Amino acid sequence: MTPQALKISHLVVEFSTYGGIVQAVRGVDIEVEKGETLAVVGESGCGKSVTLQAIMGLLPTPPGRIVAGSAKLMGQELIGLPTAKLNTLRGVKIGMIFQDPMTSLNPTMKIGDQIAETLIVHRGLTKSLAHIEAVRLLELTRIPEPAKRAAQYPFEFSGGMLQRVMIALSLACSPDVLIADEPTTALDVTIQNQVLELMREIQQQTGMAIILITHDLGVVARMANTVAVMYAGQVVESGTVDEIFHHSAHPYTLGLKDAIPSNSQNKDTRLIAIDGSPPDLFNPPAGCSYYARCPHAMALCQTRPAPMTPVSTDHYARCWLQHPKAPLVQGLYQPQTGIDSKTNIHPRS
Amino acid sequence: MLLQIKNLKKYFDLGDGRIVHAVDDISLTIAENEVLGLVGESGSGKSTFGKTIVGLLDKTAGEVIYQGESLPHNYRAADFKRCRGKMQMIFQDPFTALNPRLTVGEIIAEPLRLSDNLSAREEKQRVVFWLEKVGLSQDHLGRYPHEFSGGQRQRVGIARALIMEPELVICDEPISALDVSVQAQIINLLIELKKSMSLTMVFIAHDLTMVRFISDRVAVMYLGSLVEEGPAAQVFDKPLHPYTKALIASKPEPDPRIEQKRQHHLIKGDIPSPINPPAGCRFAGRCSQVIQRCHHENPDRIKAAPGHYVNCHLY
Repeated sequence: MTPQALKISHLVVEFSTYGGIVQAVRGVDIEVEKGETLAVVGESGCGKSVTLQAIMGLLPTPPGRIVAGSAKLMGQELIGLPTAKLNTLRGVKIGMIFQDPMTSLNPTMKIGDQIAETLIVHRGLTKSLAHIEAVRLLELTRIPEPAKRAAQYPFEFSGGMLQRVMIALSLACSPDVLIADEPTTALDVTIQNQVLELMREIQQQTGMAIILITHDLGVVARMANTVAVMYAGQVVESGTVDEIFHHSAHPYTLGLKDAIPSNSQNKDTRLIAIDGSPPDLFNPPAGCSYYARCPHAMALCQTRPAPMTPVSTDHYARCWLQHPKAPLVQGLYQPQTGIDSKTNIHPRS
Repeated sequence: MLLQIKNLKKYFDLGDGRIVHAVDDISLTIAENEVLGLVGESGSGKSTFGKTIVGLLDKTAGEVIYQGESLPHNYRAADFKRCRGKMQMIFQDPFTALNPRLTVGEIIAEPLRLSDNLSAREEKQRVVFWLEKVGLSQDHLGRYPHEFSGGQRQRVGIARALIMEPELVICDEPISALDVSVQAQIINLLIELKKSMSLTMVFIAHDLTMVRFISDRVAVMYLGSLVEEGPAAQVFDKPLHPYTKALIASKPEPDPRIEQKRQHHLIKGDIPSPINPPAGCRFAGRCSQVIQRCHHENPDRIKAAPGHYVNCHLY
């Protein structure tokens, strides 16, 4: 069996701060196959960016620290790799696009030079060859007049154009995995559409895997093959995109879906908001991390963390409601096959 | 009509012969108790339009008529004082809109201090009343903005705007900096307050789903001008202007079964620069249905259906 493009297992990341230790990532398992797109969904502070920064070696240490876990890129372990080794892998095997292209590029350097620099460092091209290749990459990302644009500075580009430059940069060495951290959040819908289309086309040509970090469920529906929903430093549900949207098995996933009004809904109906805010990760709750906000929580949920439970093929949910004796919740997918039935559960009064 | 905007223009002179046409000849009316959604890409002039209406920016030309009274072109201190009780604004970024050196109690009380002579006790009563009304509590009074989450800060921003009990509130992207789960909380709060206070709202946003949900009418802006205006459901279900069509078609639906079947019609290029914009229709350069006329003749506002207007030569 060929190894997954990227497989993260049991990753634990902590930050030491004046206020104590923040348990930002608490045992995350994520994997993505070659040629596929995994969307990582969750609200700010759920650990989605930290997870991927950690495996890329981009975590500021200290205060950050990888406590445990493994991350394999095409079978090769990344955690614990010396910085020099990781530097060669980054850019060559893994490309990365960030949310704000304006702050990811050097404002005092011409666009063409910035791309050429990557090519000189990672692919060992000569300066003149690197420049030709840089223009070709800009052309690949559909930037009009690429030769002229290569001689311009970042401030002369619009947000959408800069994000194309970032894509060109990250593709410079045809990576196996592209990590895109909220790549279209700062862009308008029409431009978002162009950038997403471009990412998909390049994926079809090169077969790279994409890990797309986003909170926009529309973007997830459009791009993803598989989805991992994160909450408070853990993956709470994972599965194929169709299962996640149409057989949501965790109340948090359901909550995220319900928070978006449907096209037929008008303002005489209330939106179903998720009340409250995520737990404090200085001192994560003993039981389920979603307990305090969950409308269907049971007594058990407060004290015992729910195990990741299979709900169908390749579809898992971290929720006690998947217990065979759990009450049925409207809208939630509960095949009631998972978790040993010896655990006693009592609905919260 | 609560608010009538006639041929409003706001230009920024860059000083070297270049002029930014941020808002270029917009006419619009807003009825009492109505929610008007204002959508468009960044750089289309939505925020400038909002700020010009409340007087935070001077008008270059045109008129803003509030309940029959024409508001001044550039506001003086007395004008602000007079209008403060009528019009208020809620800003996009709750992290920069609140003074980090004031407590939440002081931030919410500030508009009161500038206008009314309330005793300290009365003032505190009012502030606590509004804190509770937006879903916070008295315990939050002495805390600073950095101690709050994004959603809570936006609640503070809402309390600060509404403590003057205005009639019109301009919400400039009030939820775009917030997480999805929190967005719904803030939208529910805004709708609740709108109903209980009979507010009229201008809701500026680029999130089309929320605009459709909250608005009675929608106006679509492109490069400083209006391209379409009409009842929300009609504009979203039967868009007329090629730009509105493209905008709505670009919005990904949160359902993989719909998305995977869908053809994505890409709209070409970027929004052009508003500096010395070209003659004719502003959208001509990106429009898939462009005709010769579009390049030199600015389209007039055409009534396509009752209450539904479009600025396009195709109609």
